[in-house]
Amino acid sequence: MKYELQYRLYSERAILIEWPAEIDEGILEDVLNFKNKILKSKGKVIIEVTSAYNSLLVFYAKAIENVYDEVLMLKELYFSGLKCKSNKKKIWYLPVCYSVEIAQDLRDFSEQKSLTIDAVIDLHTKPIYKVFFIGFLPGFLYLGGLDKKLFLDRKKTPSAHIQKGAVAIGGSQTGIYPTDSPGGWHAIGACPLDFFNPKTPECCYISPGDAIKFISIKENQYNDIKSKVENKIFHPEFKIL
Amino acid sequence: MIGKVKVLTSGFLTTIQDEGRFGFSKYGVPKSGAMDQLSYHYANLLLNNDPNAACIEWVLQPPTLQFFESCTIVLSGAIIDAFLNDKKIEMYRCVHVHKNDVLKFNFCKKRMYGYIGIKGGFLSKEILTSRSYYKTVTDKFLIVRGDEINYPKTSHENNSLAQIVPPSFNETYRLKCYKGPEFGKLTIEQQKRIINSSFTVSNTSNRMAIQLEERVLNDLDSILTSGVLPGTVQLTPSGKLIVLMRDCQTTGGYPRVLQLTEDSINKIAQKRMGENVLFDLI
Repeated sequence: MKYELQYRLYSERAILIEWPAEIDEGILEDVLNFKNKILKSKGKVIIEVTSAYNSLLVFYAKAIENVYDEVLMLKELYFSGLKCKSNKKKIWYLPVCYSVEIAQDLRDFSEQKSLTIDAVIDLHTKPIYKVFFIGFLPGFLYLGGLDKKLFLDRKKTPSAHIQKGAVAIGGSQTGIYPTDSPGGWHAIGACPLDFFNPKTPECCYISPGDAIKFISIKENQYNDIKSKVENKIFHPEFKIL
Repeated sequence: MIGKVKVLTSGFLTTIQDEGRFGFSKYGVPKSGAMDQLSYHYANLLLNNDPNAACIEWVLQPPTLQFFESCTIVLSGAIIDAFLNDKKIEMYRCVHVHKNDVLKFNFCKKRMYGYIGIKGGFLSKEILTSRSYYKTVTDKFLIVRGDEINYPKTSHENNSLAQIVPPSFNETYRLKCYKGPEFGKLTIEQQKRIINSSFTVSNTSNRMAIQLEERVLNDLDSILTSGVLPGTVQLTPSGKLIVLMRDCQTTGGYPRVLQLTEDSINKIAQKRMGENVLFDLI
């Protein structure tokens, strides 16, 4: 499906392309497809394309000389039949320990939502989440598919310290902190895996378009997997979709 | 041949920077790179270096360095008194350094970010096509006392003594900018407030972002998280404006009301706490 896209000059070196403002898997497919086309055909003059839910921010090596020509070129490219190799989509099974001992905000979160902790775990592990993009911090996955019953506004005052691996909820979004960081989301679980390694050719093994299923684990399993991850002998399970 | 420079004192938030790290926003990796790209490029230009050669970037208080092999250096950016073995040296000119020479500085008088360029560039480890320090990407994220940083040893015969008149830093507080994607969602009054009045650089200012003091009435909702760039001006829920800088995150959810030009990003980088800026639409 093709959408009515908005193109605008963002800076002397960037053009912003926008889809309708929705979190939608059809839009995601189209965003990623267009991103691949741009990188394939214009990889030399366009040095970075940042994708998000409903947008591509296209960044040029040099100042754009003629914006109208450039937008025209992008429009033609959008409708062109250029075929790009896209990676096979995967579903990842990620272990998460939902324990008040490890997850700093789990108790608080369940009280604010008037849910039992078991209900929170049920609601959070049931959906299959979609990875829309990686942003905010290196390796931070933006996931779509959170159950409405778990929506909770970000904290008014962000926490100074959210731990690496924290599985958190902010508004209608859920994600995993890949490193220690300040943040305004509620940490309801802990995942023992690494999500970003700049020393591997693919810094992140999970890509936009992939799916995620969280598997609830006990604290001893969490500690066990964590030490295996540190020794690089644990690899998360996945299936090709 | 490789020379080494030893860090005798670290200075304040001293890092290695180049043009930046491009093409990795897909992993959420920031661009990084020299805060004031213009001053940084002057250093490499005078040294006849690759434009992307790595320099040392310092903030307000530079490091003290000892060079273990001969080389040629250039100082650019923030204005400072510099001494090689206690003899004053000029900025914006190539200076020959001999084995065991010590480079020292006084405290910076004017502006924020300064650069120490070296013939051939500093050879810290390149990660994801760049030497720019960034926590979680590069192993090191700050230069500390005792560090030793490699550089190519060069003989003075082949190095020119090029110099330029230090670029007269136009102390303008006018920053040229484009309308941001969400500028049109502001009321006319809000737009006028942002365009027609001056803002003060706050003490919350670093390589990620510069926060401005004054508040703007803000009733906009946050947006669906979307791409941002260095120079993007966000309007936060508290009504304060934040100017994103070189180490900014790749995406953000606050309304993007303005976008600074490259030249204006370099200019605001050099503004100190308490200095004023005024946004000028192109």
